[in-house]
Amino acid sequence: MPMERKRIVLFSGHYGSGKTNIAVNLAVEEKKKREKVAIADLDIVNPYFRSKDSMALFEENGIDFICSPYANSNVDIPALPQEMYAIVDKKDVFTVVDVGGDDRGALALGRLTPAILEENNYESLMVINGYRPLTRTPEDTVEVMREIEMASGIPFTGLVNNSNLGGETTAQTVLDSLAYAGEVSKLSNLPIVFTSVREDLLSELSGKIDNLFPLVLQKGAL
Amino acid sequence: MADKVLMKGNEAIAEAAIIAGCRHYFGYPITPQTEIAAYMAKRMPKIGGTFLQAESELAAISMVYGVSSCGYRVMTSSSSPGISLKSEGLSYLAGADLPALVVNVQRGGPGLGGIQPSQSDYFQATRGGGHGDYHMIVLAPASVQEMAELTVKGFELADKYRMTSMILADGTMGQMMEPVALDLKVNPAPEKPWATTGTKLSRKHNIVNSLSLVPEELESQNFARFERYKTVEENETMYEEYMTEDAEIIIAAFGIAARVSKNAINAARREGIKVGLIRPITLWPFPKAPFARAAKTAKAMISVELSMGQMIEDVKLASECRVPVTLCNRAGGMIPSPEQVLEAIRAAAKNGGNK
Repeated sequence: MPMERKRIVLFSGHYGSGKTNIAVNLAVEEKKKREKVAIADLDIVNPYFRSKDSMALFEENGIDFICSPYANSNVDIPALPQEMYAIVDKKDVFTVVDVGGDDRGALALGRLTPAILEENNYESLMVINGYRPLTRTPEDTVEVMREIEMASGIPFTGLVNNSNLGGETTAQTVLDSLAYAGEVSKLSNLPIVFTSVREDLLSELSGKIDNLFPLVLQKGAL
Repeated sequence: MADKVLMKGNEAIAEAAIIAGCRHYFGYPITPQTEIAAYMAKRMPKIGGTFLQAESELAAISMVYGVSSCGYRVMTSSSSPGISLKSEGLSYLAGADLPALVVNVQRGGPGLGGIQPSQSDYFQATRGGGHGDYHMIVLAPASVQEMAELTVKGFELADKYRMTSMILADGTMGQMMEPVALDLKVNPAPEKPWATTGTKLSRKHNIVNSLSLVPEELESQNFARFERYKTVEENETMYEEYMTEDAEIIIAAFGIAARVSKNAINAARREGIKVGLIRPITLWPFPKAPFARAAKTAKAMISVELSMGQMIEDVKLASECRVPVTLCNRAGGMIPSPEQVLEAIRAAAKNGGNK
């Protein structure tokens, strides 16, 4: 991923698209280049999978972690942390935001939207997976995209192609998704900022796809 | 692109229900099964079906009763506390001999408990749950593909025997993502001459009811129902055997516990321990035959469960207590690790069947 990142990188998408994994990986990657990196978990929708599960990894790497104080606790309620204002207040910190799934998840972002737009140093990336049942067609994917934009009030600036079949993903699986991703890009008039692939597929795919981003898969809550 | 899709277990259930011809879903959100309702909310309006978020679990199961009375394939889903709320309706469905599909993606209990996976509703599911003498067909998937396949199967069995089929999954099964092939074969719903579809002035009224005040009649209904249950036991029992041919130790496990157990069995086999797995796919009817068979040659059995030990009673009954049966378990939302199961296998191998 050669491109310079903006200060705030927002990851949204259909639930199960792989947002959390990508957000965690990007935070770790950027920490190698910068002093101050934070990751914020705004996912108030699905308490089963969240970036809190990667807490040890953040501590190890010196990445600030912003999440609901109640996450994974006895009161796992849709609460947002007061620390979430750090996303817009601490302007010297590179911040990756893991937005909740679908339009409902993105609603939580709305509180920060005016400040994010005012600072205007953000990227809002839609994570897509053409192998997920409700985003299988480019048209359905763009529909989900518009719903998220409506809820968050922030227009997307790019796409992340994370098309995969879980454990059965091969290099061919990713190559087969390029036409789909290209069509989503055409329909939405947004660039594919990067294509994320499991790290062991990187060598097989390099040279065949521009802007590959390798993923080290994080273990979920299970 | 490939024919497979990457699905959560919950989504697989919802899509398979649609493939099976279900056009009516009534539910109420609860973790860890909410994706079923969310998926139906998205899909049903696009295919002319009905998604309705009821005001409560009780309302949802009563809507299922109504739609089933009209002869349509219908479903509801919930997680443990919500299934308790539906129990009255489950009993009414049984009393009215109505087919339906009910999904329980279990979480740790009792009470509100937690949101993490559990199998502690085994008794509730296999013994009926509500009041009165009745059974449900209880199906226990162990992969996302099976979540889809058993959903179709559940509708078919429900129609065939005029019973409720329950998918008894757990939070892991509901939330985990795996590739699924959706080219599922579906038998269309049979004729339902009992359904309340309008007489068109050409037949007598059909009445769907679970009230029967004449004891002689109610008794004969119960006898007839249990004759039907006997047929289900004879014809519809499903299970998987894994490395049981020469096994001296038999593990009994379903759902996520069976997957963990397979890993432990593979490790134990590398140590030279002869151990295999019997995985019930129908929890009711319980696959008694393979356990009875295994009890003749095995030295010990281990029931691996995400509960304080519920299926273990059926394992003991099926094996007629010929061999010692021990419990290897976690509860409250915890999952046994392969290492824990391996330890239990080693202990059983060392004791050679002596407790």
